[in-house]
Amino acid sequence: MNSVVNAIPDAFKSQYFDLEDVADAQEFYHSRGWTDGFPIVPPTPEAVQTCLDWVLMPANEIIGIEPVRERAITAEKLAINAVMAGCLPAHFPVVVAAMMAMLKEEFLLHGTTASTGGCAILVILNGSIRKEIGSRSDFNVLGSSDRATSVIGRAIRLALINILQVSPGAIDRSTLGHPGKISYCIAEDEEGSDWPSLAESRDIPKDASAVTVLAACAPRQIMNEWTSKPEEILDTYAAEMRANMRNYSIWSGNYAVVMAPQHREHMRAAGWGRKEIANYLFEKARVKRSEWSTVGKGSVIRDKGDTEYCALPSPDHLLLIAAGGPAGGFGAIIPPWLGTKSRAVTAAIGACIDCEPPSQSR
Amino acid sequence: MTIRVLNPTSEAAVDTMEPAQRLTSLEGKTVGLISNGKEGTAGFFAHVDRLLRERYQVAKVVLRTKSNYSAPAEDEIIDEARNWDLVISGLGD
Repeated sequence: MNSVVNAIPDAFKSQYFDLEDVADAQEFYHSRGWTDGFPIVPPTPEAVQTCLDWVLMPANEIIGIEPVRERAITAEKLAINAVMAGCLPAHFPVVVAAMMAMLKEEFLLHGTTASTGGCAILVILNGSIRKEIGSRSDFNVLGSSDRATSVIGRAIRLALINILQVSPGAIDRSTLGHPGKISYCIAEDEEGSDWPSLAESRDIPKDASAVTVLAACAPRQIMNEWTSKPEEILDTYAAEMRANMRNYSIWSGNYAVVMAPQHREHMRAAGWGRKEIANYLFEKARVKRSEWSTVGKGSVIRDKGDTEYCALPSPDHLLLIAAGGPAGGFGAIIPPWLGTKSRAVTAAIGACIDCEPPSQSR
Repeated sequence: MTIRVLNPTSEAAVDTMEPAQRLTSLEGKTVGLISNGKEGTAGFFAHVDRLLRERYQVAKVVLRTKSNYSAPAEDEIIDEARNWDLVISGLGD
């Protein structure tokens, strides 16, 4: 027996479908290529409207325009995809801010999502919103650490697939891709760190919540549990950055470094903060082009063997993130997609609903 | 019980463009090659250049290279392309 379905808000422009039940909706969405392969939450008008209400945005608000293909993203479409990903209304401001940041010209969203290089969009959360939405920054932080970061990262991916046609084989031409393309969102451990937050280090006011987005390769985990000296610990990180430069891409850009508490404690004890760490990695993460001969790339060295390349164009290109479980001398470097062709963007969350958020890149 | 759900795609009508008039012959024409500048493009487009001249009697081949292979071609290249009879744009690697 069919009951009366709910009305669509007048402001909504989306086509709608009346389906039998949730199971029917799964097959309906999967069969049209509108998912990432996992079950979705059916985006009902009520659920979508609740997300929009949370951010005080009308359905037709333009979140931004993808600059290369000139495709507009409306709040309505972004909210539909956020609901599908499993977002609660409280998660939606983060999704909005992340998408606004991704649409900045310097992020080169089209290139990052179309490239054979197969990067994902890493979203890093800062500020009080981390606690409000229940995100976690400790155990399994680069995996399925909590509901909030899992669904926010997934919302970004579904929005790309459905609104910008970034489906595998369509706009997405990734040769391999990586698991972060399912969801890639972490929250910084601000309470467990005496550093200023990542967002604060990128000129966001201390009291504001913010997102930083980076077109990012998969994490490369390192381990060093056998020293307490900052220099020796960071030598391991720098070695992994150099390995990435030799084996993947030699170009300098925004490298993210995720440092877990055990290493951070050694840094703190020695009086090393963000600045000292960034300066040290800036000096150490360098390779000469001639090193390509050690990894099978000798044919493209030509007469530039002595040319030196630095992982970071300057120390402030390092995105140093405090995160990880309490035990273990582990950390990770997360390389950029392709040098500075895409630049990390940091944007405040909900700072202004009728204008562009403050943002900057370097 | 029925559930009402929304279409998550852009649904935007894609602007259709009129394709350029097809050429019936390449003989005596000017052909522009837009390279993305990657490593493999030099040999690839040199070969295309040779084929166009030798096999199809193309009068002039113009090679232009984008400065960023992940971004659209610069406006200057697009403007210059208006003077060409045919454009070949490709990856080359």
